[in-house]
Amino acid sequence: MVDWTQCTLAQLSQGLAARAVTSVQVTRDCLARIEQIRPLGAFLFVDAQGAMAQAAAADARRASGRVNGPLDGVPLALKDIFLTEGVPTTCGSKILEGFVPPYDATVVRRWKAAGAVLVGKLNMDEFAMGSSTEHSAFAPARNPWDITRVPGGSSGGSAIAVSTGAVFGTLGTDTGGSIRQPAALCGVVGLKPTYGRVSRYGVIAYASSLDQVGPLARNVTDTAMLLASIAGHDPKDSTSADRPVPSYLAELESGVRGLRIGVPKEYFVEGLDGEVGSAVEAAQKAYEKLGATLVEISLPHTAYAIATYYLIATAEASSNLARYDGVRYGLRNDPGAGLIDMYFATRGAGFGSEVKRRIMLGTYALSAGYYEAYYGRAQKVRTLIARDFSRAFEQTDILLTPTTPAPAFRLGENADDPLQMYLADIYTVSANLAGLPGLSLPCGMTRGGLPIGMQILGSHWSEATVLRVARAFEREHDFAVRRPPA
Amino acid sequence: MTKRPTNAIDIAEVVRIAHLARLTLTDAEVESLSHDLSGILSYVKKLEELDVTGVLPTSHATEVSTSLRDDVPVAGLSSPQALANAPEPIGGAFGVPKIIE
Repeated sequence: MVDWTQCTLAQLSQGLAARAVTSVQVTRDCLARIEQIRPLGAFLFVDAQGAMAQAAAADARRASGRVNGPLDGVPLALKDIFLTEGVPTTCGSKILEGFVPPYDATVVRRWKAAGAVLVGKLNMDEFAMGSSTEHSAFAPARNPWDITRVPGGSSGGSAIAVSTGAVFGTLGTDTGGSIRQPAALCGVVGLKPTYGRVSRYGVIAYASSLDQVGPLARNVTDTAMLLASIAGHDPKDSTSADRPVPSYLAELESGVRGLRIGVPKEYFVEGLDGEVGSAVEAAQKAYEKLGATLVEISLPHTAYAIATYYLIATAEASSNLARYDGVRYGLRNDPGAGLIDMYFATRGAGFGSEVKRRIMLGTYALSAGYYEAYYGRAQKVRTLIARDFSRAFEQTDILLTPTTPAPAFRLGENADDPLQMYLADIYTVSANLAGLPGLSLPCGMTRGGLPIGMQILGSHWSEATVLRVARAFEREHDFAVRRPPA
Repeated sequence: MTKRPTNAIDIAEVVRIAHLARLTLTDAEVESLSHDLSGILSYVKKLEELDVTGVLPTSHATEVSTSLRDDVPVAGLSSPQALANAPEPIGGAFGVPKIIE
């Protein structure tokens, strides 16, 4: 008997079409798997009843010949940052505990229209601020390959759910690496699309000039299918680009012969773990064998990316999170001393320590007299960083780098040192600053049995090329299909 | 007046920023934030090494013009929907603590 939970999304989609399995059967199996992996803390909310009803509806559509496409009847799940009508949405924060959104995010509406079975909401760092999912206000999540280690973050739950076979794909958000880093640490594929490729309507905002929605999946083909299901302009999000969406599957198998692959020398320096470095270098050689040309390139402002990112992201966060004031939704903590005191008490009680730290840093960077010295300067350095990439893409078609400087770290290891935690984002933040698409692909395992991810970066709107490059490597290696010990 | 970047955020400065951010902090939080913010700010001073004279700031990373939808009315949330999550709905409005005695 086939264990469908161990198959890919594309395989399940074919299985459903061939009537080899029903959505109700596979959804029931997924819910059982979710129950099994409960100690990993991947889910904040499981909608078992809703999922079974959606699955039954999908099977009924299929029986009457009205299938909605390849995702019809496929169990998927969402990071708890996406608004879901009638289903609790907390963004990992006590300040939104009990909040039930009155409408769906556009990407959620699209998944529903495609017939996806939405089984629940996934754990995350509070307001997407973190790289470990330890900053979830409800429970830290754990890496399925080693439960003493973090799954990465902020979309930690999204990566665990895919890695363990609990669902066939998830959505995350990526402001500084929050899709790619957990994908790397959990051994799955994660894609941050170009800024503006996917609608953010109904996605709880962290840093609006950096946030982007993207899929996490078991392999590259599934990732391409999921990107196709969410990409495109949305009249409700004026920052979503009004430009055509190409087919992400058409050229997926076309290989890399003749392609130039850039290797940024500033990314292979001190601080990069030896096993991670070796795995990425082995991948470079693999691409050469497949007919690509390696080009050494320089991104001279790399060393300034983290500082730039943390000023811009926190400044925007301090403004975005001003809306949590205890008036219209969420927590209210009223000591009875008037409106202003209610704001103070609500926000003081509702936000966790990392969120407070970032609001404080952002407020400071925007405060009277300091704006030019911090935020203004960071925006100018952002221009220099973006310019590095446009120059690089004159010499190369794609960039190949590590996703993270090291494999998954232990829970609590970086807890007392926020700056150390921020430095874990060194290879991922630049793509957000420059608005580029980036994908993390499993490319090796450490001797200790932890996944290693490599990052493929493309120029604006080049997701089809990024996916094709990833697929060329994946076809020769089986890292992406490896699953953690049950 | 433009102030110079600093790398020490003392207790009084943390209290001032917390007031701007409308955050109640415990004494322990004030202390650890003074330590953490000072560390982070001395790290971001790195950006001063760069000459940014004549460099234009980037606020959005992709060159796309903001697309506007057609100016046609669409239904929004109903009043009961909008108030469904309110801590204190009062007669179709959001209730708040007293501002003026």
